[in-house]
Amino acid sequence: MTSDHAAAASDHAADIDKHVRIYITVFVALMVLTIITVLIARVHLPIPIAISVAMLVAIIKGSLVACYFMHLISEKKLIYAVLALTLAFFVVLLALPALTHADGYWIH
Amino acid sequence: MSEHAAVAGAKPHVAHEAHHEELGFWRKYVFSVDHKVIGIQYAVTGLLFLFFGFSLMMLMRWQLAYPGAALPLVGRILGESRMPGGTMLPEFYNELGAMHGTIMVFLGVVPLAVGGFGNFVLPLQIGAPDMAFPRLNMLSYWSFFLGGVTMLASFFVPGGAAQSGWTSYTPLSVYASSGQTWWLIGMVFLITSSLLGAVNFITTTIQLRAKGLTFMRFPFFVWAQFVTAFLLLLAFPPLEAAAVLQLMDRVAGTSFFLPTGLVVSGQALTNAGGGNTLLWQHLFWFLAHPEVYVLILPAMGIVAEIVANNTRKPLWGYRSMVYSLVFLGFMSFIVWAHHMFMTGMGTAMAAFFQTTTMIISIPSVVILTALIISLWGGSIRFNTPMLFALGFLPMFGIGGLTGLPLGLNVADIPLHDTYYVIGHFHYVVAPGTIFALFAGVYFWFPKATGRRMNETLGVIHFIGSFICMNVIFMPMFFLGMAGVSRRLYDGGAAYDFAQPVLHLNVISSWGAWMLALFQLPFIFNFFWSIWKGARTEENPWQATTLEWAAPSPPPHGNFVQVPQAYRGPYEYSVPGAAKDFVPQYEA
Amino acid sequence: MDIPYTVELRRDTGLNNGKIGIWLFLASEVMLFGALFATYILLRTGAQTWPRGDTILNVPLATFNTIVLISSSVTMVMAWASLMRGRFGTFRMYMGATVLLGGVFLVVKYFEYSHKFHDGLFPSTNNFLAIYFTLTGLHMLHVMGGMAVNAYFWGPGAKLWKTDPAWFTNRVENSGLFWHFVDLVWIFLFPTLYLL
Repeated sequence: MTSDHAAAASDHAADIDKHVRIYITVFVALMVLTIITVLIARVHLPIPIAISVAMLVAIIKGSLVACYFMHLISEKKLIYAVLALTLAFFVVLLALPALTHADGYWIH
Repeated sequence: MSEHAAVAGAKPHVAHEAHHEELGFWRKYVFSVDHKVIGIQYAVTGLLFLFFGFSLMMLMRWQLAYPGAALPLVGRILGESRMPGGTMLPEFYNELGAMHGTIMVFLGVVPLAVGGFGNFVLPLQIGAPDMAFPRLNMLSYWSFFLGGVTMLASFFVPGGAAQSGWTSYTPLSVYASSGQTWWLIGMVFLITSSLLGAVNFITTTIQLRAKGLTFMRFPFFVWAQFVTAFLLLLAFPPLEAAAVLQLMDRVAGTSFFLPTGLVVSGQALTNAGGGNTLLWQHLFWFLAHPEVYVLILPAMGIVAEIVANNTRKPLWGYRSMVYSLVFLGFMSFIVWAHHMFMTGMGTAMAAFFQTTTMIISIPSVVILTALIISLWGGSIRFNTPMLFALGFLPMFGIGGLTGLPLGLNVADIPLHDTYYVIGHFHYVVAPGTIFALFAGVYFWFPKATGRRMNETLGVIHFIGSFICMNVIFMPMFFLGMAGVSRRLYDGGAAYDFAQPVLHLNVISSWGAWMLALFQLPFIFNFFWSIWKGARTEENPWQATTLEWAAPSPPPHGNFVQVPQAYRGPYEYSVPGAAKDFVPQYEA
Repeated sequence: MDIPYTVELRRDTGLNNGKIGIWLFLASEVMLFGALFATYILLRTGAQTWPRGDTILNVPLATFNTIVLISSSVTMVMAWASLMRGRFGTFRMYMGATVLLGGVFLVVKYFEYSHKFHDGLFPSTNNFLAIYFTLTGLHMLHVMGGMAVNAYFWGPGAKLWKTDPAWFTNRVENSGLFWHFVDLVWIFLFPTLYLL
């Protein structure tokens, strides 16, 4: 490696130390949230509430993985744009078939 | 100027392939990672499938014109299980129908339009040495090839190939013979190929464009391929999931698509039931609607290049065309249920999909209008590519306009699943897209081979094809409006109401067989010109875009000197310039 | 011939090719799993009855598997961090742990599935089991794929570290992104199938 690269690398090293601390924190948070979601499920809340709570916890856990393990919190605009587009179509895919045949006309 | 200098002091990245030694035959022509070789592989394979899919239709057209009549010669070759005594069995007709659609869309048009033209032209047009991921590119081609082989092999399994329409609607397809399983597996290979290709195209377009080539200086062709890649990337996966689900229903006894209480051939199902047969339709059309834009967008891109070049004028409304293209791509994801108006959806959702469908016609009209206005005041050169490009315009217009009643919930009721639909989409794809693809072949043939195709044969090809396409498909609107359903193996002959219009089937059939004859000049021209065509220089069309800076044919790495873009893509007839065109790559 | 920006960052996007490529691929995977979740929604909303996950499936085992997969995500990101710090030996250790934990996940799944089959519970039994086996089965295939790539970078692929450490680090990072995505899918699969 050239000296430029080596200099960049040692700046990096300090950076990495900070990141590692974040990874451990996130790991602990994920463990806690996992336990929480399992315990809440034992309460057998009414289905709509159970779904909302479980999905909320999942979204939090997923966001932690995405933002910190996948470094999305400091990613470039282009990646955000691609993901925003994907999210829009993902929502369409989940919602519209269900809405279109919500009355279950063809089932049973 | 080296593009590796982006990071100061960084070591130039060492590529893995050995470019310095001569590659052997297999690495150079078969398992090549060069986008030009891969593009030609896609194009040739795609053209072969196109003609094969057309041949299936020519067989069908005999049955439609003369239902129940024995087909001389060919009928006997196909054997007793399919054509006993030379007469077509309905099951065989269904096989031909399902495979004609599948092959034309997934093995013919898309591989040629995207795999062929996209691969060959895109890196050259943005001034890149190759695609961002050359090995992934090769993998994409071979995945497509495997998919094609699987589809062809399915003709030879017991029960024959898939025969539940190219749409494979459940529950019929779940109970179809084993050819359907092969269809599903083939689709998985084809979808994988497209997904990997899309990743490559998008990354390449963003990252490997030449210095000075901003997004709004892209040739329209590049924009078209770029948006198409996003459609492939995000719309195909749900069909892949659906294929897996149908495979599970067929092979693992699940009931994803099988409702409770289903009775098949008089026997009640023993499956668990509780499935939703419309689930298949939603997942299928979620892809298949964006898929039709995959079919048309590259064609618009090709036509735009050829129109600008042969009017010696910039494209009119380039910016509007680009915005329309992007808007069109986005909208294409939220119109799909207009294929499902007859499935019992409520009025709210029908209104939603009808509205989005009407809205999506606007950007199409903007693009078509801009292309037509681009002709005004131009010094038009009527060479073969331009003839096909000009032919595309009114044909796509007819296709698009006839789609409007289909997109309106109520107007769709009498037209759904009739020949009107077949007429509509064939106008868009056949004298639409395929004409654009022919135009592209004639246009970029000199770049790929260093030789020109013969003009006289090209004109014959065009005039004959143009007339025959209209002879085939125009009658279908009338057939459909009279109420004749699609996918009837006798073309409606069994129905009283169809009797007055049955003769239209004969007209369409003769048009189809004549169309086949008019492809012979093209096929001959294509191969003959590879060896004997008139030699040409780098830029025989006096065009402005970056691919014309490369030698014809371009070497490995494409450009002798890394090109740079100094201006927009269509600087034709610039006042005060020495020539009637100023190339993008000239300083 | 070199492909530009395989390692170096392009100035206006701030990215290299591989990073864009992997995120595009992950976008397509979001749509793939999205279709299966849409299937789940449609089947469940249309069903007259739908069993609660814990009445059929083994929640403690799946909770354990969730912890295993999350841990493997941590070891994966630590493997990449080690390369960024230039510590190849530490990388080897963390990457090995990631592959191992993936293996544990698969072993647990093997026991889960075989137990179901033993009890006469198959995908064909009812739609809940059908979507359960399909979703977790497809997820499992992705775990295997990720493990194969990770094993390659732990083993034979590691010699790239000597000739082009920057490129190797990027490839490990991209492989990590895929692995985290697989973890992400499980984070949603687990409550949906097992807890609701």
